[in-house]
Amino acid sequence: MPLSSAIRSVLLGIVLVVAGLWIGQNIKLLPVDASTNAPVYDELFRVLFSIGAILFLGITGLVVFSLIKFRRKPGDTSDGIALEGNLSLEILWTAIPAIVVLFVGIYSYDIYDRMGGMLPLDHGGHNHQNMASEERIWGGISSGSIEKSGMVVNAPLPVEVTAMQFAFIFHYPKGDITSGELHVPTGQPISMRLESRDVIHAFWVPEFRLKQDVIPGQPTILSFTATKPGRYPIICAELCGPYHGGMRSAVIVDSPKAYEEWFKNNAKTPVSEL
Amino acid sequence: MTLASSPDLSKESEPLQPKGWLRYFSFSVDHKVIGLQYLICGFIFYLIGGALASAIRIELTSPISDFMPRDVYNQVLTLHGTIMIFLWIVPVVNGAFGNYLIPFYVGARDMAFPRLNAVAFWLIPPAGLMLISSYFITGAAESGWTAYPPLSINTPAAGQIIWILSVLLLGGSSIFGGINFIATILKLRRPGLGLMQLPMYCWAMLGTSILVVLSTPVLAGTLILLSFDIVAHTGFFNPVMGGNVIVYQHLFWFYSHPAVYIMVLPAFGLVSEILPVHCRKPLFGYTTMVYSIMAIVVLGLVVWAHHMFTSGTPPWMRLFFTIATSFIAVPTGIKFFNWVATLWGGRISLNSAILFSCGFIINFVLGGITGVALAQVPFDIHVHDTYFVVAHFHYIVYGGSVFVIFSSIYHWYPKFTGRMLNENLGRLHFLLTFVGFNLCFAPQHWLGLNGMPRRVAEYDPQFTFVNQLSSAGALLMAISTLPFLWNVFQSAFNGPIAGDNPWKALTPEWLTSSPPPVENWEGPAPLVKEPYGYGETPETLEVALDKDLELGGDEK
Repeated sequence: MPLSSAIRSVLLGIVLVVAGLWIGQNIKLLPVDASTNAPVYDELFRVLFSIGAILFLGITGLVVFSLIKFRRKPGDTSDGIALEGNLSLEILWTAIPAIVVLFVGIYSYDIYDRMGGMLPLDHGGHNHQNMASEERIWGGISSGSIEKSGMVVNAPLPVEVTAMQFAFIFHYPKGDITSGELHVPTGQPISMRLESRDVIHAFWVPEFRLKQDVIPGQPTILSFTATKPGRYPIICAELCGPYHGGMRSAVIVDSPKAYEEWFKNNAKTPVSEL
Repeated sequence: MTLASSPDLSKESEPLQPKGWLRYFSFSVDHKVIGLQYLICGFIFYLIGGALASAIRIELTSPISDFMPRDVYNQVLTLHGTIMIFLWIVPVVNGAFGNYLIPFYVGARDMAFPRLNAVAFWLIPPAGLMLISSYFITGAAESGWTAYPPLSINTPAAGQIIWILSVLLLGGSSIFGGINFIATILKLRRPGLGLMQLPMYCWAMLGTSILVVLSTPVLAGTLILLSFDIVAHTGFFNPVMGGNVIVYQHLFWFYSHPAVYIMVLPAFGLVSEILPVHCRKPLFGYTTMVYSIMAIVVLGLVVWAHHMFTSGTPPWMRLFFTIATSFIAVPTGIKFFNWVATLWGGRISLNSAILFSCGFIINFVLGGITGVALAQVPFDIHVHDTYFVVAHFHYIVYGGSVFVIFSSIYHWYPKFTGRMLNENLGRLHFLLTFVGFNLCFAPQHWLGLNGMPRRVAEYDPQFTFVNQLSSAGALLMAISTLPFLWNVFQSAFNGPIAGDNPWKALTPEWLTSSPPPVENWEGPAPLVKEPYGYGETPETLEVALDKDLELGGDEK
C-alpha cells in the first residue's frame, strides 16, 4: 500500500509537470513580437508560465481534493490525525521552492543580460557605441545622462523624445524633423533620449515589451531595435493627469527603404549634408 | 489546565463606559469593544470603497470616458485605493481582530495600553470622514494612492493636503496599534505561557507590528516633506526646484511595500487559527510557520525597489531587488504547504469559514505566482503599471486579505454576538464572491499583457469585451455583499444561540462565554499550552489512517 501510494504521487507529479510545460509552451497571451527583445521576453514568459501553471494546478488540486476527500461526513464527530508536523516533508517543501526560485532568478538574470540590461552605465556614450558594434540588444534602461554620451557618429539612430501633459513629441536631430509619431526602420538600433517637461510619464510599446518612465529632471536613454514593420501604439503608463488615458501615440516601423523615403520627405536640412 | 491569578487591570476604567450598545459609540477602553468598533467602522468604509470601485468599473464598460469627468475619475481611483488600504484592510486585519483576539491569546484582561488603544481607533473615523468629505468640499486628491510628485505637487493643492493629513492620522493610528500589540504580546503573557505556545495569530501580529513600527514613520516623514513642497514651495521632490522625484518613490515604497505584508501577514495568522478548528487537526508545522513569518518580516523590508524597475534604477539595484523579492516566495510557500497539510487527513466541515479560507489559498497562490513573475526585471518592464499589476495586487489584497476577513467573520461571529450565522447564506456569499472576484480580476491579466495601462478612463476599443466581462464580475461582487449583510443583521437578532464554544475550539477566546464578560473570563485566565491540540491519538488512528500514507510514511 505505501508503495502504490508513492508511485501514484510520482505519476501525478509527472502528469502535472508535463501538463504545466504543455500549457506554458502553447499559451498565447501576448501581442505580436516586434522588437529584438520581444522574443527573448516571450521565452521568459513561457518558462514562468509553465512553472506557475504547475504550482497553481498542483496546490489548487490538493485543496479541492482535500475538501472533497476529507470532508466531514454527516454524523461523524471524530477528529483528524494528530499530525503536528513532519520535518523531512517541511525541509522538502522549503528546498524545492528555494531551488525553483534560485533557478528563476538566475534564468531571468540571463534574460536580462541578453536584453543588454547588465551593461555598465557610467560611461554612457562609450557603451552606447559598443552596444551597436557588438549587436547587443538594449531593452533595459540606461539612467546614464545623455550629456556623457557625447558625439556618436554612425551609431544607433538618435531620437529625442519629449513627454508632456498629454503628448509625446519626437525630434530627429539628423534632419531636424519634429513629429508626433515615431518613425523607425527595421533592423536599426534606435537610441532615444527621453525627457519630461512636467510630471512623470512612461513610454510603453507593448509589441516591443519595452517600458521606461520619463522622469522630469532626469534624462534617460532607452534603446531598442524594431524587427517587424507595422504600426504599434505608444502608451503612457504612468498616471500623469486627467487625460492620462488619452496620452497615446504610435510608432510606425517601416522597411529601411520606406523609412528613408519618409526621412527625405520630412528632413529640413538638405539631404546631402547628412 | 492550570489556573493562575492575573492582575486586575481595568477595574477603575469600567464605570467610565456606558452599558449596552452605546458602548460602541463611546471612548471605551475594552479591547473587545474597540475590536468591534474597528470591524464595523472598517466595513462601512469597505462599502464606500466598493461603491467607488463600482464607479470605476462602470466607467470602464466603454472605451471612452463617458460616465464621469476625467478629473473626477482620478479622484475616484485615488479615494478607492486609499480607503481600501488605510481604512478597511489595515485597520480590520490588524485593529479589529488583533484587538479582539490578542488579549485572549496571551491570557490578559486587556491590551497593554487601553487608552492608547481607544485613541488609535478614534483617529480613524475623523480621518476617514475628512478624506471622503474632501471630495465634496474641495475636490479630492487626484494623483493616485501613491501620490507621486511632481503630479501630486501640480494637482489642486487642497485635496492633496487633506489626503496627506488623513493618511498621517491613519498612519499614527497604525503606529499606536503596533506599539500596543508588541507590548501586549511580549509583556502581558500570562505566567506559564511560553512564546512558542502562542496561537499563530500572535506571531503574525508581532511580525506585522514590527513592520508597522519600523516603516510607517518613514511614510509619515515623506508625506510631511511632500506637504512642504506643496504649501511652502520647498524643493525636496520638485524637479523645478532641483528636487528628485525618485527619492520620493524610494521613501514611499519603503513603507508601502511592507504595507502589503501589514495587510497579508495578519490574514495568514487568522487562517492558521481557522483551519485547525474546522479540520479538527493540529496546525501543521508550527515552528516553521513562526520562522517563515519572521523571514517574511525581514525580507519584506528589503524589497521595496521592485516597484521602481522602470524608474531608471541601476542594474545592480534591479538585480538585488529581483533576488530578494523572489526569495519571499520561499517562506510564503512554506506557509501554503503547511496549510494544505493541515487540510490533509482532517475532518473538514465545509462551512463558510473554511470555504473562504480555501478560496483565500487558491487566490493567493495565483497572486503569489504573478508576484514572483513581476519580481523578474525583464518581465516587469513590460507589465509594470498595467492591468496585469492591478490584477496581481487585487489577488493579494482582495483574494487574500478580504477573503480571510470574511472567513474570520464567519468563524468569530458566534463569539462576538453569541449567535450563529446562517450557513446557507454564507455559502451563497462565498460562491458569489469567489466567482465574481475571479471573473472580475482574472481577465485583467490579459488586458495588462496586451497593452492596457492602469488608471485610465479610456482605452483601446479592442479591449472593450474583456473589460465588460471584468465589470460583470464586479457586479457579482457587489451583489455578493447583500446576502452577507442580511445574514449579519438578521442573525444578530434571530440567529440560533451559539453557546460558549460552538466549534469546540481550544484557543482561549472560546473558553469563556459568548459574548465574553468585560474582563474576558469569570475567574482566572485559562492556561492553554497547546492551542492546536486537536486530533485522534496515534492508536485510534491506525484504523482511520489508510490512505494518508504520504504524510505518515516519511516520519518513520
